[in-house]
Amino acid sequence: MSNFPFLSVLTVAPLVGALVVAFLPRHRPELAKQVAFAWSLLVLVLSVVMWVSFNAGGDRFQFRESYTWIPNWGVSFTFAADGIALVMLMLIAVLVPLVILASWHDAESSKRSVPVYFALLLVLECTMIGVFAAADVFLFYVFFEVMLVPMYFLIGSYGGHQRQYAAVKFFLYSLVGGLFMLAAVIGLWVVGGKTFDWQALSQVDISTGTERWLFLGFFLAFAIKAPFFPFHTWLPDAGGAAPAGAAALLVGVLDKVGTFGILRYCLPLFPEASKWFAPWALALGVIGIVYAALLAVGQNDLKRLVSYTSIAHFGFIGVGIFAFTTQAGTGAVLYMLNHGLATGLLFLVVGMLIARRGSALISDFGGAGKLVPVLAGVLFFAGLASLALPGTAPFISEFLVLIGTFTVNKPVAVIATLGIILAAAYVLWMVQRTTQGTLNPALTEVDGMRKDLNLREKFVVAPLIALIVLLGFYPKPVTDVINPAVQATMDDIGRTDPAPSVGGTVQEAGR
Amino acid sequence: MEETVQYAGATGLLGSVWLLVAIPLVSAAILLLLGRRADRWGHWLGVAAIGAAFVLGLASFFQLRGLENKSVELSLWDFIAVGDLRVDFGLLFDPLAAVFVLLITGVGFLIHLYAVEYMAHDGGRRRFFAYFNLFVAAMLLLVLGNNYVMLYFGWEGVGLASYLLISFWYGRPSAATAGKKAFLMNRVGDAGLAIGIFIMFATLGTTQYDEVFNGVGALTGATVLVLGLLLLLGAAGKSGQFPLQAWLPDAMEGPTPVSALIHAATMVTAGVYLIARSNPIFSANSTLQLVVVSVGALTLLMGCIIGAAKDDIKRVLAWSTVSQIGYMFLGVGLGGGAYALAIVHLLAHGFFKANMFLGAGSVMHGMKDQVDIRRFGGLSKHMKITWLTFMMGWLAIIGMFPFSGFFSKEPIIVAAFEREDWTAWLFGGAALLGAGLTAFYMTRLFVLTFHGPKRWTEDIEHPHESPALMTIPLVLLAIGSVGAGFLLSTSVPDWLTAAGGLGGEHAEHEAVLSHAVITTLSLLVTVLGAGLAWFLFRAGTATAPQPAGVLVTAARRNLYTDAVNEAVFEKPGIFLTRALVFLDNRGVDGLVNGLAAAVGGGSGRLRRLQTGFVRSYATSILAGALLVMAAFLAVQAGWLA
Repeated sequence: MSNFPFLSVLTVAPLVGALVVAFLPRHRPELAKQVAFAWSLLVLVLSVVMWVSFNAGGDRFQFRESYTWIPNWGVSFTFAADGIALVMLMLIAVLVPLVILASWHDAESSKRSVPVYFALLLVLECTMIGVFAAADVFLFYVFFEVMLVPMYFLIGSYGGHQRQYAAVKFFLYSLVGGLFMLAAVIGLWVVGGKTFDWQALSQVDISTGTERWLFLGFFLAFAIKAPFFPFHTWLPDAGGAAPAGAAALLVGVLDKVGTFGILRYCLPLFPEASKWFAPWALALGVIGIVYAALLAVGQNDLKRLVSYTSIAHFGFIGVGIFAFTTQAGTGAVLYMLNHGLATGLLFLVVGMLIARRGSALISDFGGAGKLVPVLAGVLFFAGLASLALPGTAPFISEFLVLIGTFTVNKPVAVIATLGIILAAAYVLWMVQRTTQGTLNPALTEVDGMRKDLNLREKFVVAPLIALIVLLGFYPKPVTDVINPAVQATMDDIGRTDPAPSVGGTVQEAGR
Repeated sequence: MEETVQYAGATGLLGSVWLLVAIPLVSAAILLLLGRRADRWGHWLGVAAIGAAFVLGLASFFQLRGLENKSVELSLWDFIAVGDLRVDFGLLFDPLAAVFVLLITGVGFLIHLYAVEYMAHDGGRRRFFAYFNLFVAAMLLLVLGNNYVMLYFGWEGVGLASYLLISFWYGRPSAATAGKKAFLMNRVGDAGLAIGIFIMFATLGTTQYDEVFNGVGALTGATVLVLGLLLLLGAAGKSGQFPLQAWLPDAMEGPTPVSALIHAATMVTAGVYLIARSNPIFSANSTLQLVVVSVGALTLLMGCIIGAAKDDIKRVLAWSTVSQIGYMFLGVGLGGGAYALAIVHLLAHGFFKANMFLGAGSVMHGMKDQVDIRRFGGLSKHMKITWLTFMMGWLAIIGMFPFSGFFSKEPIIVAAFEREDWTAWLFGGAALLGAGLTAFYMTRLFVLTFHGPKRWTEDIEHPHESPALMTIPLVLLAIGSVGAGFLLSTSVPDWLTAAGGLGGEHAEHEAVLSHAVITTLSLLVTVLGAGLAWFLFRAGTATAPQPAGVLVTAARRNLYTDAVNEAVFEKPGIFLTRALVFLDNRGVDGLVNGLAAAVGGGSGRLRRLQTGFVRSYATSILAGALLVMAAFLAVQAGWLA
């Protein structure tokens, strides 16, 4: 099976599905939804087959395919996946069907076409898969930019309050970042011998000054995308205005392109510059953890609150990447997956709550647990996953990031650990203000608030809850895939884990 | 000290100790997932799960007794394996874990049984039992783990379960707030524990108990001190010790069986467990031990003083827990043989505290859920069983001979007097003073509740005794309050010696006072304290708040610890948050919006951009193309190289 062109097929399949869905008659919205859902399930099945075919102990990059595109420029359609990309592809394949199922009625409230909404979700899936599967720097850049288009329309056409402002802001921000990257991509092409092939470029020696500039070009684009403090202000607007399903994909997957990009491009291609900039990146990460968590505590809009929690989580990922240890690095990648599951769930549940109430303001809720106990329970569970409680998957990743960072940089790890207290504060405070306390009388007058989760919604949350618990107790299948890829990245930049300061001899005696 | 710790593999029945955690956990999951369908029988499933765990625990205990190496390890699966970090999902069943398992499941079972009746009229009884089972499962994982990460896993699980139970009546704002407070204060401690675990990995490359304990000798004194202080912070958070004690009395917002479970069988004992388990770390540094002893002594006196000023039956009991755990911290801090004494007191306390909390619940059951002891009085005639069983608990906690507290608390006082230097007088004196104060406030509670004239509110006519399902656990626990101390103090220290280092070498120093003198003194202060309280409150007390002096006012306000928390953490925190929200919207974002507007070609352009997407995209592409060309030229010209 490993000769099957998984990556190109996975990239193209959703696009074909999108075309089919887009051309379905506008007055048959149910059919469009069903086709889109079935199509995304097909992609999921194929992804599972790919996961099984991947040999965790094998080559760093697998499923490599290459097709000529613009030979004069050295541009080609090259796809390949390492363990990191594989995990992200799996996350996309799992999230998209659930988002489609969760967004079943979301497009109906807007005056726009319902089939187009689902077609856009599938286009988004195509570009997301493409960006993680690309092994050609130019191809990556193209997907990186094209990805903005479906998301722009999802926010701008189907979003809530202030959607136009949020969509433009999102677009401009990303575009500016993208342009810096484009400049760096072309610079890399020049110094790298006129090729865009990742494998070839990773062998090139670059002078110190150039390397730093090129690093910065990529890093800026990725730091805006992730986003890291202080490039984060577009996310609360975009996350707050986007429909819940799109927001789940935006924060759950799209933003991971930033941290993925750093791991795939900044570290291996510019190892010296990465080490040189690492203290700055760590500082941004650790500021983000504390700063965004404090801001999350102060939010009065559910979706903006979840957006800020994500910025704090991205701080953890950034710290994990730039600590340069296998534990922290593996933790960071695992964090990317777990955050997608946990925050994806949180966004979807919050969306269900908002859809019922017709408002995202926390002050419009209060005591909702009495009316919708199951929904409140799921919200609480998603919150627990978000604050990285042991038994949920995010605990493993946060623990790995912190313990791996502590071995090389104690102050950063200690400050970041304080983030776990703040995380408890923003989650519990939100839960208290929405579902606990005296029942807000206005809630009883809203029809939607009398209906607890229906069967469709249970099907949306159940797989995510199951995955979060499963990976919380037994993360090994995933860490085994991530580990070699992270190890290879650490080799690229020439860092090894520090030995225990006194334990070497003791441990041998103990075993 | 130089002997290495080695654990044997689990065989036979001990290969299934994982069921101890799994049974209550699965039961909790079933109760939560089935929802209302399990409403009719759910509570019995919950009781049965803990009963089964107790039986299994007992069988495992007897199995363990017959073994040569009484420390048995069971590795279930690789939990985390990245680089050099190897964390087992593994369990350790040894004498220390075994006594905790028996306490948690045994006393826990009686509390579960009691709660069936107590919660009978509550619509959420099934949910309650789900959380109850979860609590026991988490606590069992905490004491059964074979490494610090497993301990942390259970540790946070206990925090979660306590949050769920304290805010069980989540419709009450006070309950929701109390739950949140408990969770947050615990997380402060958890962060300390987490950093402690990081230190172990950074220095010793492991978090497994045996490897850490064998490696402690290689660590520098400073590392041991920092590590120990961080573990102590974690322990203080869970056990409600200074400075993280404020959540514990607020935890009274939960239903009364919750208080019994938190205070007697689970949760607050976790901190003592952590220090006892980590005894090779704490024994390795005398400064560290001094800090633990100081925290214990300070907290035990704080608990007494505040407990004496409270009028809420549950809050008095809550502060008495704070105080009694202080004794246990004092014990584990003294080190050597006193570790075992602290564990003995912990076990004995489990019986009499559960007894009294459930007794308080029984009183409330008959008194329309009232809790104000100023409006009780004369209940001994109306609730004979509750009165008699509570009396056993009361005599036990004040350490009256021959009740259980006498055998468990008095040795700790003696041990405190056995310290080498002048601190023997300080800590011994504190422990002795605490004994007198305990006798005073617990007698006040007992007399005001059960004796003296009736001071009931008008709506109460005939307080009734609770049904059998509630009184049977009371009677069993009362028997424990009478006899447990003697039995435990004669058997447990020897049993724990097998744990290696725990309770091993007995004190080498002579006490500054002879044993007999200390025993006489402690009985004397107990009788004095109790007699004074009896004399003052035998005729009842005023039913309205009375003006009071500085000390009593301070005690009523928890010695201003809440006020300090509010002034130092809460208010500045809220201010900081608000300021940052403002700044982020105006400052960081304003700057960026301005920048965006500039890129778009002057302010005001941003608004217009919103009207036409295609045009704006074109503009941006143009700007991008120019930038790219510039970059090309720059690279070609070699400026950047």
